[in-house]
Amino acid sequence: METQLVLEKWPGVVSTVVIGAKKEAGGSRGNTVTIGGQNSLPLLFKEGAIPHKPIIAFEIWDIAPQDWPDELISAYGKAINDPLAWAEKCVNEFKAELLCVKMQGTHPDFGNKSPEKAAKFISLLLSKVRVPLIIIGSGDDAKDNLILPACSEAARGERCLIGCAVQDNYKTLVASVLADGHSIIAESPIDINIAKQLNILISDMGLSLERIVINPTIGALGYGLEYAYSIMERARLAALSGDKTLASPFICFIGQEAWKSKEARVSVEQGIIWEALTATSLIQSGTDLLIMRHPQAAQKVNNYIENLFKDKE
Amino acid sequence: MALSGLDIYKLLPKTNCRQCGFATCLAFAMQLAKKTVAIEKCPFISPEAKSILEAQALPAIKLITLGSQESKFDIGNETVMFRHEEKFRNPAGVGFIIEDGLSDTEIRERLRKINQLKFERVGQQLSVNLVALKQNKDASRYLEAVKLLLDNTTLPMMLMSKDLAALKQAVIISQERKPLLYSAQQENFAQIGALAKEFQLPLVVMAQDIDQLRRLTKELNGLGVNELILDTGIKPLADKIWDLTQLRRQALKRSNRALGYPTLAIVEQTDPYLEAMEAGAYIAKYAGLVLIKGWSSWEVLSILTLRQNIYTDPQKPLQIDPKLYSVGQVNRDSPVLVTTNFSLSYYTVLGEVEASKIPAYILSVDTQGMSVLTAWAAEKFNAEAITKSLETCGVKEVIRHKDLIIPGYVAMISGDLQDQSGFRIIVGPKEAAGIPAFLKKLN
Repeated sequence: METQLVLEKWPGVVSTVVIGAKKEAGGSRGNTVTIGGQNSLPLLFKEGAIPHKPIIAFEIWDIAPQDWPDELISAYGKAINDPLAWAEKCVNEFKAELLCVKMQGTHPDFGNKSPEKAAKFISLLLSKVRVPLIIIGSGDDAKDNLILPACSEAARGERCLIGCAVQDNYKTLVASVLADGHSIIAESPIDINIAKQLNILISDMGLSLERIVINPTIGALGYGLEYAYSIMERARLAALSGDKTLASPFICFIGQEAWKSKEARVSVEQGIIWEALTATSLIQSGTDLLIMRHPQAAQKVNNYIENLFKDKE
Repeated sequence: MALSGLDIYKLLPKTNCRQCGFATCLAFAMQLAKKTVAIEKCPFISPEAKSILEAQALPAIKLITLGSQESKFDIGNETVMFRHEEKFRNPAGVGFIIEDGLSDTEIRERLRKINQLKFERVGQQLSVNLVALKQNKDASRYLEAVKLLLDNTTLPMMLMSKDLAALKQAVIISQERKPLLYSAQQENFAQIGALAKEFQLPLVVMAQDIDQLRRLTKELNGLGVNELILDTGIKPLADKIWDLTQLRRQALKRSNRALGYPTLAIVEQTDPYLEAMEAGAYIAKYAGLVLIKGWSSWEVLSILTLRQNIYTDPQKPLQIDPKLYSVGQVNRDSPVLVTTNFSLSYYTVLGEVEASKIPAYILSVDTQGMSVLTAWAAEKFNAEAITKSLETCGVKEVIRHKDLIIPGYVAMISGDLQDQSGFRIIVGPKEAAGIPAFLKKLN
C-alpha cells in the first residue's frame, strides 16, 4: 500500500495588502509591494497558494540614531547622519524594495519635532526615493496622534503603511489612514485576542480588513522569540480555518529587537546572525514583512528567501 | 490517534470481574486511556485486543538514544505538530560533519574547538551533541580518523561511510560509544541492517521518497532492526521542510508506525549565515538531529539559542527562585534593582549589572515566571507584590539606604510603591541595556 500523504486544505486565506501606489493609481512610487494572499501554512508550497514572498523593509529614522551599536552604524557610514542620504543609500546601494521610516525625532525626548516638520520630512523623502514607505511613530501616543495625521496627509495617495495603532489609541490614526488612502499597522502585545479585537475595532470604523497588517510584537532570538513564534502560528491557523478578523499579514520589527540583545554587541558577525536568524525563524511562523537594520543581515535573509522560493512561483 | 476510554472499553471482556482491581471494565478502561495502569492487569484480555492496546501505548515517534555514558542524548517521542499544542519534548541534536580527508592536525584542532562549544544562557547549559565522520578516502584513512575522534572527543559519534567493510572495522573499534550508522539505503539495507543488529547500534535510513522510506523501515523492522532515524537526503530547503512536516504528520496523524522515528537533516551550505538559517528552519520544523559543518562559536550559539527557544515549554516559562541576589562585592550602600522571577528578565538584568562592574543587589519578585509588563498587567508586579517581597527578602538587613530602582516600564507604580514600601523609588531604564549607563550616573 502506498503511503498516503497527509494534505491539509484550508477554507481561509490571508488578505492581500498592497503597499505603494504608482502614477496610474494616484501615487508617485516607482514600484509597489504586495504581501499576504496565502492559503497555506508558511512554506508548505504543495498545499496551497503562496503568491507573495516575505519582503524586507530597511529601517531608517528621521534623525541620526542615538542608541544603535557601532556594528550597525558603521554599515551605513556617514550617510546615517543625514536621513535622506541614508534612505537613498538603502535604495541605491542595498536595493531596498521599500523603506520603513521611524519618526523618532518627533519624540519629546528626541528633538520633539513638530507635525509640520514631520510632514515636510515625509514630503522630502517621497521626492528623494521612489520606493513605497512604511511610516512609524515614535511610540509617544500623544505626540503620534499629532504627527502621524500630518505625515499621512503629506503622503496622501501614496498608499503607505502607517503605524502603530494600539488597543487604546487607534481612532485618530484610523481616521487619517482612511482619509488619505493608506493602510494601517495594528499592534498587539503578543496577544492573539487583542490582535483580533483591534482588527474588529479598526474595521468597524470603516477601514477594510484588506488594509490592516498585524504587528504581533516580537522578541529577538533568545529574548522571547518563542512567544511571538507561537502566537503567530496560532493566529495563522485561525486565519486559515476561516477567521477573517485574524487573516491579516504580519509585520515584524526584527532589527529593533535583535540589536537590543547583548549578543549583538559582542561582534559584528554575532549581531548579523542574531538579526538574520530572528528574521528567518519568524518567516517560519508566518511573517510577511520584515523590518531590518543591518544591510548584510538583510542580504543574507534575502538569499534565504530566494532559496526558499526558487522554482516555487 | 490515541484511543479514548470508550474505544478501549469495547476491546475489554466487559465482565466486570474486578480482577484488575477496578469495580468495572469501564473504570479500568478509563485508567488505561490515561496510561496509569498496565493492560496485563486484565487476565482475560484477548491476544488481539492486547496487541492493539500495546501498540497504542507506544509513542507515535520512537524515542532513540544516541551515544553512551554521560554525553548520550535522546531524540523523538514528540507528540504535537505545534509547540502551543503542548510542547516539543526532546531538543534536536546538533552535530558536526568532519571529513576524513582533513589532516590529523586539522581534525584534532576542529574537535578541540567543537568540544569547547558550551554556552550558558538564562541559567541553562547549551551544548552540541555529536560528531559525524564522513568517509571520502580509503578504509585505512577512515579508521585512522575514527581513532582520532575516539581520542579527542567524548561526544557521541556518527559513522558515515558507503564502504561496508570499512564501516564494520570502524564499528569494532568504536562500539562502546554506540555510534550512529549512516546509512541504510535500497541497495545495502540488508548488510548494514545486519551490522546494526549485531552491534546493537542505531541506524539512519535514507530514501529520497517517503514511500520508499516506509518500505525500507519495514524491511529493517523485519530483520529485527528497530533503532532507526529517517532521512530523505539533501534537497532544496522548502522540499526538506515539506518532507519533515509530512513525516511528523504521518507519525502523529496517521499513526504510521513505519515512519514513527525521529528525523535527520543535513545542511549543505558553505556560508555560515545561510547554514545557521537553514539549520534553524529544520530545528523549528521537526528535525530530531541536524548536522552542520561550521563550528564558529557565534554561528553555533545562534543555532543553540533558537533550539532553546523552540523547545521551551510554553506552559512553564523558565523561572528562577524569587529572592534577593547579590552581584559582585556588595556593601551596605550598594544599589537595589527589582525585577521579576522570569528567567529572561532576571538574567538580562544580571548580565547588564555584571557588565556595569558596579556591585548591586537584584530582587527577583515572585511573578510566577511572568515578564515585567505581563506581570504588571496581571497584578503580580505591583506595589503590593513588590512591598511584600521587600519585607520578606531580607534586603533591609543588608543595606543602610532606602532606594529602590524599578524597571522603566512600570514607572506608573512609583507613587503607590513609595507609599506602601517606604522606599524611595528611582525609575530605571525601560530596557536592560540602559542599566550600565544608569548605574554609573547614579554613582
